[in-house]
Amino acid sequence: MSATRVLGWLAVAGLGAGLVMAFGVAPREITQGNVQRIMYVHVPAVWVAYLAFLVVCGASVVYLVRRSATADTLAAACTEVGVLFLGINIVTGAIWGKPTWGAWWTWDARLTSVSVVFLMYVGYLLLRRMTDDPERGARLSAVLGVLAAPSIYLVHTSVYWWRTLHQPPSLLKAGSATMPAVFWLAILVNFVAFALLAAHFVGRRVRLLAREREAHA
Amino acid sequence: MTAEPLVHVAGLRKAFGGHLVLDDVSLDVQAGEAVALLGPNGAGKTTLLRVLATLTRPSRGVARVAGHDCAREADAVRRRVGLVAHGSWLYEELTALENLAFWAGLAGARPGRDEVLAALAAVELERVAGERVRTFSLGMRRRLSLARLVLARPQVLLLDEPFAGLDQRGGKWLDAHLAAFKGAGGAIVLTTHSFGRGLAVADRIAILSGGRVALDTAVGAMDADDVRRLYALHAEEA
Amino acid sequence: MTAFARRAWLVLRKDVVSERRSKETLNALVFFALLLLFVFQFSLGDDRDRLAAALPGLLWLGFVLSGILGVSRAFLVERENDCWEGLVLAPGDKSSIYLGKVAGALVLMLLVEGLLLLLFAVFFNVDLGARLPGLAAVLALGTVGFAAVGALFSAMTAHVRARELLFPVLLLPVLVPVLLGGVKATEAVLAGEPLGAVAHWLKLLAAADVIYLTVGVLTFDAVLES
Repeated sequence: MSATRVLGWLAVAGLGAGLVMAFGVAPREITQGNVQRIMYVHVPAVWVAYLAFLVVCGASVVYLVRRSATADTLAAACTEVGVLFLGINIVTGAIWGKPTWGAWWTWDARLTSVSVVFLMYVGYLLLRRMTDDPERGARLSAVLGVLAAPSIYLVHTSVYWWRTLHQPPSLLKAGSATMPAVFWLAILVNFVAFALLAAHFVGRRVRLLAREREAHA
Repeated sequence: MTAEPLVHVAGLRKAFGGHLVLDDVSLDVQAGEAVALLGPNGAGKTTLLRVLATLTRPSRGVARVAGHDCAREADAVRRRVGLVAHGSWLYEELTALENLAFWAGLAGARPGRDEVLAALAAVELERVAGERVRTFSLGMRRRLSLARLVLARPQVLLLDEPFAGLDQRGGKWLDAHLAAFKGAGGAIVLTTHSFGRGLAVADRIAILSGGRVALDTAVGAMDADDVRRLYALHAEEA
Repeated sequence: MTAFARRAWLVLRKDVVSERRSKETLNALVFFALLLLFVFQFSLGDDRDRLAAALPGLLWLGFVLSGILGVSRAFLVERENDCWEGLVLAPGDKSSIYLGKVAGALVLMLLVEGLLLLLFAVFFNVDLGARLPGLAAVLALGTVGFAAVGALFSAMTAHVRARELLFPVLLLPVLVPVLLGGVKATEAVLAGEPLGAVAHWLKLLAAADVIYLTVGVLTFDAVLES
């Protein structure tokens, strides 16, 4: 069984465990009710996405130095998966926000930052699509991949300052440091499950992209 | 002679996406030698020049200029080749003098005004040295591009259809200049569609067809008709 | 002058001389700036207070919109005249060319920003005189970041389909920190606060400038290939 397949099965097991944790083990949150359980998808999703973007940055650097096709394929696949999980994070954030704040979108610092980062990496995918020459596409997106990573930090900092220096801090936190351990455990289990799932997706995308590349060589 | 040829290509393969342009190209050009590349459209003549000029990397095979690998030591190769292709490399709003000075300066040289004017005089453009390029005709632009090479003094000249756009006098000037370049020890690879022009300076002709060198032979006493016959024999129209 | 600095200077001077003679970009941008003022006036109506409150944002909106139009042309002349290949084949470190282009974009944007400030002062009857030193500092920090990323992305999108669209699409998310920092710091300066009150924003802008320039210098070789 290939590594990707193994990852897939592990991910399924992990997701199963995650579901159990989220709905069975973790207690119902007092103030927000069951809708708070969406946290167990919302938080791990962004962690997995940012982990993926870190890999994108590393793979982009490797590509620029070594021009290795594998590095480029890895960067592209990780960007796609990262964008997917960011999308999940944004949508679950909005779903959480509607009953909690009464609005789908409140320009909350975290959601806003994540959306800007989402747009940055969608731009990466657009750049690749709009470039006819695949070698040029790989080069240019690698440059973008390197620039985007530190930009994530700049975006989060600037948006956070923009929102919180005149307003009370966002309510959409993972939970304060005093959140009971079982909540964190549920988040962690789901994070591992999502990471396995993401790795499985990346493995499949890398294989597909590599096969496409070979067909054209 | 055991010295490595100034231009050395072996087993060169270049594919763009799924399209194979050069399949298994081998070519050597010694110092003081000029090779004319012939071939139908799409045969890969321009692609071969671009690989040698380091504008594009080969998919497989070897391309070396003056002992340096074109893909891995691009910078060293760029210092030693001069390329004149279809692009003119001319800034419309700058004068002829300013254009030449810019490109020379970018390559790290600091030619004096007299030197630049002499290069313009060599292509008979000294009278329009202070005119903006936007007023130049096609032939004048061609000559100005060639003047750029006069200043740069590379070891290898890569010329893509250099006689196109030149009139009779311009063609004669180019022949003389290329002969002098060879005499000074440089190597020339030029592409041409014309069977007559370029023969005066070429020591060998190479016919590119189907992505390979179908024929590589010395020019000797051949004339344009001989070349046309050889071409008809070896070149497959794509 | 080192060889590196000399090449950057040659690129800057070539662009300045070209632009001075053709006046293509600057002329159009001047009229664009003027038009923007009318657009702002018409969209925001006659409420003076609302205009005054939105002033920092409007200023930066003007800078960003003009910047997108102006800086996207940074490599236009190379593209149109086939000079791109000439730049690719120039031996030596390509990042000198990048810095020359950044300097050119910086000069262009500072000119347009100065003009917009003047137009705002005149048309919206705002007294900016006392605030100029503070404004200049904020604008300088922000514009360096804009020019650094703008020049890089202009080169990146030079040979890409739908480049006029892709350039702003790539640029704007990355520029969010610069925009936020610029607007917030401008707000403070216009309100009469000392620059120290927004030191954290200024530091963020400076950090962004350093990051963008560093990435640009390190990666430009990969962008400026055929």
